[in-house]
Amino acid sequence: MPEAGVSGSELDAESARWLRALAEPGAAREAALARLHELLLPIARREVARRGPRLAITGPELDDLAYQAAADALLAITGKAGQFRGESRFMTWAYKFVIFEVSAKIGRHFWRHPAVPLGAEQWERLPDRFGFDPALEAEWRDLAAAVRRAVDTELTPRQREVFVALVVNGVPLDTLVLSLGSSRNAIYKVMFDARRKLRAALAANGYLPDDCPGGS
Amino acid sequence: MNGWPALDGFLRTDPQDVGCARAMEMLHVYAELVAAGEPAAERYPGVAAHLRACGPCGEDFDGLLAAIRGEAP
Repeated sequence: MPEAGVSGSELDAESARWLRALAEPGAAREAALARLHELLLPIARREVARRGPRLAITGPELDDLAYQAAADALLAITGKAGQFRGESRFMTWAYKFVIFEVSAKIGRHFWRHPAVPLGAEQWERLPDRFGFDPALEAEWRDLAAAVRRAVDTELTPRQREVFVALVVNGVPLDTLVLSLGSSRNAIYKVMFDARRKLRAALAANGYLPDDCPGGS
Repeated sequence: MNGWPALDGFLRTDPQDVGCARAMEMLHVYAELVAAGEPAAERYPGVAAHLRACGPCGEDFDGLLAAIRGEAP
């Protein structure tokens, strides 16, 4: 659903200073870029450290990733500074690019070092993905089989490919984006439609509650 | 943990969900509102719906919020 956007606002003094500094010629601009990089690098380091415990990336590789993310964020920011409309502080907008670069670089790392071979399907791990209690196997085995049937019969080949990669095999979305040469938005949309179809099929067969008024 | 609610919650879709592109475009605005204690989800319900459903965008939001809150003085 479309939402109201934000119109450009009057810049706060600090944001205006940043824009002026980045528009300066020569040495003044270089000094502003160096200062900006100094501010972005700790944000990148903190972000990779925040995500680090969940990643199989450690030590110097993690620091390299942070350094590259800060450097690439700086390029993105300088390239898009003309698009900054003052809806937030300049530095909040700038930090966003650091976070996006960290995400992209982590996705690229797992694309280069895949935990699951492409083409594999780890259906036996599906119950784990949703935290089904092994002690209650009799209850969820039938549901897991119904999910697999619905995936095979209700989804388009593209939806099935995306569902199997993300949900069954646990491939990170940003990694799948690279693998398929797609975008996060496009893959999310494929998955959104797949989720809606699967829930409808499972509800129609009594596996999940039917929320639609009047059933079906 | 009972996986049925987890599966049900995962498969539910919110028609207000704006998708990744719009959420990423608005992320700095949304995060700054949240950091300021403003009712960001009321102002941007479609972004809020998306961040609840999309793991990667939710992770980016958490990271940006942490950056805003933790930046050096």
